[in-house]
Amino acid sequence: MTEQKAYSDSPWLDPEAEPFIKVRGITKKFGPFIAVNNVDLDIYKGELFCLLGGSGCGKSTLLRMLAGFEQPSSGTISIDGVEMAGVPAYERPTNMMFQSYALFPHMTVEKNVGYGLKQGGVPKSEIEDRVNDILKLVELQDFKKRKPHQLSGGQSQRVALARALVKEPKVLLLDEPLGALDKRLREQTQFELMNIQDKVGVTFIVVTHDQEEAMTLSTRIAVMDAGQFSQIGTPTEIYEFPESRFVADFIGSTNIFEGRVTEETGDHVVVDTEAGEILIDYGMSVQTGARVYIAVRPEKIQLTKEPPAKVGPNQAKGTVEDIGYLGDVSIYKVRLDNGTLVDVTAPNLVRPKNRTHKITWEEDVYLSWSASSPILLTK
Amino acid sequence: MTDTTPGNPAAEADTSLQHPPLGVRISRKVQSSWKTVVVFLPYAWLLIFFLLPFVIVAKISVAEALIASPPFSSLIEWTDEGILTIRIVIDNFLYIFEDDLYVKTYLNSVKISTISTILCLLLGYPIAYGIVRSPPTTKNMLLFMIILPFWTSFLLRVYAWMGLLSDQGTINNMLISLGLIETPIRMLYTEFAVYVGIVYTYLPFMVLPLYANMEKLDNTLNEAAADLGAKPVSIFLTITLPLTMPGIIAGGLLVFIPATGEYVIPDLLGGGNVLMIGRLLFNEFHANHDWPVAAAVAIALLVLLVAPMMAYQHYQGKQAEAR
Repeated sequence: MTEQKAYSDSPWLDPEAEPFIKVRGITKKFGPFIAVNNVDLDIYKGELFCLLGGSGCGKSTLLRMLAGFEQPSSGTISIDGVEMAGVPAYERPTNMMFQSYALFPHMTVEKNVGYGLKQGGVPKSEIEDRVNDILKLVELQDFKKRKPHQLSGGQSQRVALARALVKEPKVLLLDEPLGALDKRLREQTQFELMNIQDKVGVTFIVVTHDQEEAMTLSTRIAVMDAGQFSQIGTPTEIYEFPESRFVADFIGSTNIFEGRVTEETGDHVVVDTEAGEILIDYGMSVQTGARVYIAVRPEKIQLTKEPPAKVGPNQAKGTVEDIGYLGDVSIYKVRLDNGTLVDVTAPNLVRPKNRTHKITWEEDVYLSWSASSPILLTK
Repeated sequence: MTDTTPGNPAAEADTSLQHPPLGVRISRKVQSSWKTVVVFLPYAWLLIFFLLPFVIVAKISVAEALIASPPFSSLIEWTDEGILTIRIVIDNFLYIFEDDLYVKTYLNSVKISTISTILCLLLGYPIAYGIVRSPPTTKNMLLFMIILPFWTSFLLRVYAWMGLLSDQGTINNMLISLGLIETPIRMLYTEFAVYVGIVYTYLPFMVLPLYANMEKLDNTLNEAAADLGAKPVSIFLTITLPLTMPGIIAGGLLVFIPATGEYVIPDLLGGGNVLMIGRLLFNEFHANHDWPVAAAVAIALLVLLVAPMMAYQHYQGKQAEAR
């Protein structure tokens, strides 16, 4: 019992848990082009799962195969134990929220939302009740009689969400759900979407290219590249423990230094890189002399005008080449003495008195980071 | 706007709004007069070549037939006492509504063009849908083939149908040589031949507006409907059909209106057996030489055709309002 409770927030860690959606060896080819390449995926009930990747990585194709709009070239998909091969889109227990929203332009909001129920043969009075309930959930009860062209982007988005949710699907598929909204609305809607998912308890699968959106929304993220998963994990795992240069680079910004392992013991690794000697305070199974990559996040590097107290690994000296002021933080581009360019972000903790930064252009600075920060990558 | 002189920006903006520089004022003037010209030209064209002839025909329709040149009485004339009088004779209109022949012919014209329009729609809708759904290269080819018949003379194509449909024509000969029939089926000079001719001739006028309309349809709407549990037939009825209604109406009018007044097809393919208003008009003008009655028939036909146009305009207006 206690064990079950421990896994309730992260069912993917439970070896006993049965995945709600099982994708096995799915491949989709369009002529010679392989959009999705032999992919396996388990998604558990109640998850808010994100498929994250650049355009053309195959994330939308995978979603469309789940919805039944595309037939896989090979492989199987099962949802809640039911094999989906040969089940047409209109009989699948999934509903999709389209990127373009795909609201029916000739129907009112009410008719749009009730469309799925009407097609399912639900009695009229029940349709009305359920449409009212779901419109209340997305706070659009006053817009029932509007046509789609009379709605703002945010309102259309919520109608599309309501329309997809009203049939109470087992799985809700969302294709770039917030892509068409402006930044402020997007941030606000992200949290609304999470709250709604929490209320209805439906499994959400979200396709997005926006890593910030994926990080905020999801229980787990699958980073996709060239039709395959680069890494599947929680937002923290993906950000703090990327498994490859691609993931480290795609999620957030990062400095990647190439280097050679000079020392390797069970509890630490030393790598000689372009940014000087880097000490990592945890063991990795790498050979001494192996070529590796070290990723250091810009916000994990300290920027000082004074040299560090004692000379050692994990420090470097350079000149500020450029400053990007973002308000809350500033990005410093520091050119090391050996020519390597390093990004450093520093929070603007105090309001500058004379309207200029403490550290400014062409200044000599020292960089340092803790031994737990660097990420050692072999691919 | 165009002000570049430095100074108090707020005050500058104010004055430049009230008194724009001369250059700006001139260019605005030219622009607005150019706009007038552009709008006025087509109106002038319509005025001279549509409204004026219409007024002349309307004038003739209320005149009396005379054996003279021109063969009708004039609208305004001086009586012997030197008084200017206007003579309006509505006998022609009364005549065409009293005489069975005219009413029957009107109704028959409307019947034939209605059925033809429906046939064109039933044939044209799947054709347009098929073209829209085909890959881009095939699409252009198919569209080209729809337009291709216009490259030969309309009259020639109708004559070709006479050759196909006559008793000793290609179709009858083929059926006889295949042993399917023994004596030729009478097709030419029947209503059937008129339907064939009208549907054949006007099909592109149905397909093209439908194509233009369907081309704009977003396939994700179909996917969304399928996703919400709609089977293909109900997707068609609830999504595709209502969204292609403007195309259906435009195509329908483009077929219905000219088909109602059609003269060549009923004359050549229908012979004397199919009464249509176009033939009647021709007979009144040329055989009977009764211009006033012919003009009255033409005016009545125009009114008959304006009604559906008005209905369409009304529908369009409502659509625009909803948008």
